[in-house]
This record gives sequence, C-alpha cells and structure tokens, in this order.
Amino acid sequence: MRHEVRFSGFGGQGIILSAVILGRAAVMYDGNYAVQTQVYGPEARGGASMSAVIIDDQPILYPKVTTPDIFVIMSQEGYEKYGVQAGENAVMILDSSLVHSRPRCRYVEIPATREAKQTLGRDIVANIIMLGALVKVSGVVGETAIERAILDSVPKGTESLNLKAMKLGFELAEKGNTV
Amino acid sequence: MTYADWLREDRLPHIYCAGCGNGTVINCTLNALDRMGWKKEETIFVSGIGCSSRAPGYIVTDSLHTTHGRALAFATGIKMANPALHVVVFTGDGDLAAIGGNHFIHACRRNIDLTVVCMNNQIYGMTGGQGSPTTPRGALSTTTPYGSQEPAFDLCELASAAGANFVSRWTSYHVKELTRAVHTGFETPGFSFIEALVQCPTNYGRRNKFRNVMDQIEYFKTHGILLQKVKRLREEGKPIPDDAIVLGDFVQRNRAAMGVRR
Amino acid sequence: MQGNTACAEGALAAGCRFFGGYPITPSTEVAEHMAAKLPKTGGVFIQMEDEIAGIAAVIGASWTGMRAMTATSGPGFSLMMENIGFAVMTETPCVLVNIQRGGPSTGQPTMSAQGDMFQCRFGSHGDYSIIALSPSSVQEMYELTIKSFDLADRFRVPVFLMADEIIGHMRERIEIPPSVPRVERKPLARGVLPFHPDEDLVPGFPQFGMGYGVHVTGLTHDERGYPCTTSPSLHEELVKRLVAKIESARHEIADYRVTNPDAEVVFITYGSPARSVEQVIHDNPSDRVGHLRFRVVWPFPEKTLWEFPNARVFLVPEQNLGQMAREIERHTSVPVISLPKLGGALHTPEELKRAMEAWR
Repeated sequence: MRHEVRFSGFGGQGIILSAVILGRAAVMYDGNYAVQTQVYGPEARGGASMSAVIIDDQPILYPKVTTPDIFVIMSQEGYEKYGVQAGENAVMILDSSLVHSRPRCRYVEIPATREAKQTLGRDIVANIIMLGALVKVSGVVGETAIERAILDSVPKGTESLNLKAMKLGFELAEKGNTV
Repeated sequence: MTYADWLREDRLPHIYCAGCGNGTVINCTLNALDRMGWKKEETIFVSGIGCSSRAPGYIVTDSLHTTHGRALAFATGIKMANPALHVVVFTGDGDLAAIGGNHFIHACRRNIDLTVVCMNNQIYGMTGGQGSPTTPRGALSTTTPYGSQEPAFDLCELASAAGANFVSRWTSYHVKELTRAVHTGFETPGFSFIEALVQCPTNYGRRNKFRNVMDQIEYFKTHGILLQKVKRLREEGKPIPDDAIVLGDFVQRNRAAMGVRR
Repeated sequence: MQGNTACAEGALAAGCRFFGGYPITPSTEVAEHMAAKLPKTGGVFIQMEDEIAGIAAVIGASWTGMRAMTATSGPGFSLMMENIGFAVMTETPCVLVNIQRGGPSTGQPTMSAQGDMFQCRFGSHGDYSIIALSPSSVQEMYELTIKSFDLADRFRVPVFLMADEIIGHMRERIEIPPSVPRVERKPLARGVLPFHPDEDLVPGFPQFGMGYGVHVTGLTHDERGYPCTTSPSLHEELVKRLVAKIESARHEIADYRVTNPDAEVVFITYGSPARSVEQVIHDNPSDRVGHLRFRVVWPFPEKTLWEFPNARVFLVPEQNLGQMAREIERHTSVPVISLPKLGGALHTPEELKRAMEAWR
C-alpha cells in the first residue's frame, strides 16, 4: 500500500529532518520501502520548505509524490503553497498555532509550536510533536519504529526531550480536534 | 655532483634562447637539491605553462607539466597525497601571478610544504613578449606598446603577506645567494617562495634598452639593493630609488604548515 | 541513505583516499561526507580555492597512486573543463561526480537537470573520449561510484558519474555489500616506455615516487612522455589512440538494463527519468512497453538499440532539450522522439503515458 506524506512549513522548523526520520522508521524498523525527497530554495531559514516521503511495502519506482494522502503542515505559507491542493480523501495534521486556514479534507489540529514552547520549553521540537501526532493519526509507521528513528536522528543529549515531544504528539493526536 | 646527473641528456638541446636566465636558475636549484642529498625517486618537479615551466621536462625525476597557472594546485594534490615526496615547483611571473594568482595566495595561506622557484622575466616570453603582472611601469612589451600603465606586483611581499614560511628574492646575477636561498627553501618546512629575476633577451631586453644579455645582468647587479639596506634607508627617512630591486630574505618563520613529512 | 552520501560511501568502499573539491549545491554532501570519513581511513580531504584547483589536486594525487575524486555541479563542472582535458591527455585515472542542476550559468542551484551530458563528453577542447555513468537510484549512486573507479583505473581516463539533483538528494533504502572487489591500476612494466600502450591501447601506470623518472605533460608527447608538438603524425597517432582505447571497448564498457525487448514502443532513459518510466511499465503491464536504461552513457553503446528488434519508436525523456535523443538518432533508423523537460521537475508517469499513447 503506497502512502505519500507531504511535510511543509518554513525553513528551520525541521521539515526535511521530519521526513528523513519518517522514512528511516519505515525502512529500518518497519522493513518497508521509502523514498524521501524535498524541494528547497536558497534560504536555510524562513521561506516555504517542503519535503515528502513515500512509504510502500513494494519497491518505489516513481520517487516524487503526486497525490499525497497525508499532509503535515506547519506554516500558513506552507499551507498555501503545498496544503491547499489536498484531495478530499487526504488527512492533514496541521500546527494550529501557526496555520489559520483549514482544508476540505479531514484534518487534525495540533498546537505543536505552542505546546513545544509552553510544555517542553523548546519550540525546536515542534516538528517531533507533529511526527508523533502523524504516526498516531495515520499509523503509517509503527510507534516503536518512529521512536527508534527519532533516537537515531537527534543530537546527543536531546533524546529525552525529543521522546517527550513525540509522546506529547501521541497525546495531542488522541484528544486533538479532528474535523 | 654535476648538473648532468640531474638532466635528461636525451632531451637536449633545450628550447631556451641564447642568453636566457632560466638555465642559471635551474642550475642553482639542482645544486641546492644535490646539496640536500635528495634522491631522484623521491623528488617531484611540477610546473605550469611558460618558458620556466618547461624546466621539469629536462630533469630526470618524475615530473608533472600541467596547465597554465595551476601548478600549485596539482603540486598540493601530490604533496598532500604523499608527504614523503619532495615537491618542487618551477613557475614564471605570468603563470604564478596572473592566471595562477589565486592558487599562489592560497598555497601560501595553507603554507603547504612546497618549494616554489619563480623565474620572473617580467614578460610573457613563450608567447612572444606580452606584458605580465610584474612588467615594470613604463616598460615596453607587445601589449604595452606605449609603456606599461599598470603598477607591478611585488611577489615577495605578496607571499609574505599570504603566509609563506620562507620568502626570498635574488636574480640570475646572484648565483651563490640564489642557490643558498633555494637550499634554505628546501630545508624549511612549509611553503617556500624564491623569486629569481631573470633576463629575457629575446622578448624583454631587446625592447627595453638592454642591448645585450650582459646589460641586463649588469642592471640586476647595479640596481639590486639588500632588504636590510632598504629598511635602514626607510628608518633614516632617506629615499629609495623607484627602480631598486629589493633582494634578500623577506620572511623566515615557522607558521603551522600542511603536508610536512611526519 | 541519501544519494550523495551513498556516492561518498561507494567511493570509500572502492578505496578512494583523496578528495579535492569546492562546495557547490547540490553536490556538497559528497564533499561533507568525505571530509568526515576520509581522515579516519588514512585518506586526505582538501577543500581547494576553486573547482579548477580541486580537479588539479585530484590529478596530482592520482599520480601518487591514490584513488582520487572530486564532486561538483554545473558552474564548477564548467571550471574544471581545461584540467579534464589535461587528465585525458596525460591518461590520469580520476573520478568526477556531477550532481547536475539547472543551467546555463548559475541557473537553478537546487533543482534537478541533465543538461551536462554533452559537456562531459565534449566540454574540453580537442578530440577525446571519456566514460560517463548515470545512476537512477541511491543504490546505483553507491554501485556506479565504485564502478567509476574501476573503469578509471582500467582505462586510465577521467570517469564521470553524471547524477542529477533528484538522485543526489533523494533518500531511499540501500543494501551495502560486505566487501567490494577492485580492478587494480596496471603498473608500468620495467623497461617499457611510459606511454607505450599495451594491446588494449592502455599504457601501464608509472606511479610517481617509484623511480620511473617519468615526465608527464599535457603537451603532445611521444612514448617517452617527451613533448613533441610539431609532428602531425605523432599527434594524430596519440589522439587516435586516446579515443580508440575507449571507443573500441565501448561494448565491454556498456552497462544497461532491458525491459520487454519485444516491445514496439520503447523508452530510453538514464538517471532519474528512468524512475518515471518504470512506474509507467508497472502501472500498465498489459501494454508491454519497452525500456532501455543506460547505466553507462558514454562511450555510447549503440548496439544496445538492437535489443529491441520490433521497435517502432524510441521515446527519450530527459531533463534537457534532447541531448542523448540526438545521439540515439545518429545510430538508428527508428524514429526517436525527444521528451524534454526543464525546470527541475521529473516527468510524471501520466505525462509519459500520454506520450506513449500517441504512438500506439
């Protein structure tokens, strides 16, 4: 079963890293195939950043996403550039502290940036909260898989912070406002 | 030692014009090399393009005759890949200071363990006498038919500022001093730069009032002024002639270097 | 693993111990990975002052016997052209990775292209031949980098890994073999002139520092390596040999994949567009669409076109305005239709399906 996941936000939020972690979870810990790609411009911070992951139990041929079924949107600009075209059957996890628009498809509001700041004291982990929520909502990779992939990818000394963020993501997704 | 031990006899005669100063510089370099006791199989000559850069082709060691201006970049690759090799670069003023200027300052900055001998004839000799970055103001060449309007580069000041460990300037008249300077260059870990002003009777001297070879060598002798004397004159507030050729060791130091044999 | 990282890992597995280069998007991850890994393997990483110096240092290092490489993209590749010719003329083994981006000029630094396929073949002055490979997966970034080193040493020629930004920056699953066999550089036999070719037209390699006393020059040279620039026959003989050692081995060098050889409509690809074609074939199994995928692009393996005896049309999707389509056209009477795409986006399977249906 092919899943296409698209992440968008602004540069510096860890949009590309989120996709890398998700792809890693799928390949290394779930034994599936995954391809991760991105679109990026000259800016390392700010701007609309987009990355994508395709997950499949079969080898992936065409490596680009065509009709994503899962969106993770972390900025209004990212929504306008990459989230607007979400099809009716897609699901969107959006950072409700930063995205004001709402799509036609099913969506889950996760106030990731606010929670990262207020609950965890570090807004840098907002993307990990979103990853946790994504996994809880979609089941596109296993919860153990995402946990191990996060641990592989984050800087030493930040493991517990990131795991807290992931678990917060799980919780927010469970009680989150699904529309 | 005789120079014949280091030269490829089967390549003679060479391409240099009668009266060319390059032969003197090659001879001084080979003498210094011999004094070091370096073996032929552990010594590599590298060069770019121009009259000076043909020199490695006459020497029996392994040698790499590269593209215009890039000798130092090729030499950097050799030295970094195998620091056990002694790498000597022959270059000229056009090769080093014009097209190769960027490689020159970066090789000095890295202070990579090379010895670079620049035969500065103040002209593009091989292509028929065009102006170079070291052509003195007012000098005639085929591309400066009304006298060069551009200020010239002082290669030794450049190498000193950019970080070379040893920098020295002599001329084809100063054979002993030049040989000693090249020898010191060989001994010094890090980047050593030896500039040798040489006469080019065919393309420089002929156009610039040096009627025969000896006229220009005589000029080197009479216009050469030691660095110490320049410093003294400067301290005393006395004028230094515009056409003075400042000679001597500009820098001898021990900055951190790259590519030094461990 | 990312494509660029896989390339660097392939180089390390192949025994590459020297990297000289200059940072440029979208190839930089190759350099960064080598910078991290080479010192731990006893190798040398050096960031030079520009790409001209990068390839120069690589050529210098290669003469000491090391496997050496650089990686770059469009503008840097253009700067390297003169020294690429030098490597050809001096028969210096080296590997150049080009993660192609949109050109001309600064163009699209972060977007994919295949616009340098002719530049790698013809970009330096004079007549010559080189070898170029084109990976279409992260796995092939690894495998074909290794193969590039073997070919460079075997034929004493610069070998180009002509990847594109999509493959370079894509991350996907890769399997790394426990060990990698290696084709060694053939040393020069003692007593033989340094540029005297063997039967395969490739001379033995007189490594610097081994007492060969070899003079290596970019000038036209005789078998001793001595400059000899005014003999028309010597120059002609040398250049013809440099070309022939590659071209006469092109069927040995050829490396390609064939799908549905009985097909009438046949796609020909290299690099990332291959992935779109594979998707089309997968999604439309009953259509029996043919696919010829080059892993080696140069020397052009024209006999591979004969693998499709029923071909009525060759469709060639490329991220350029039809560079290889033009080359294919020279070798066949079957109509060749170029499907160019610029701007960095990959041909979608739908686009290719439409193109295919127009020819049914």
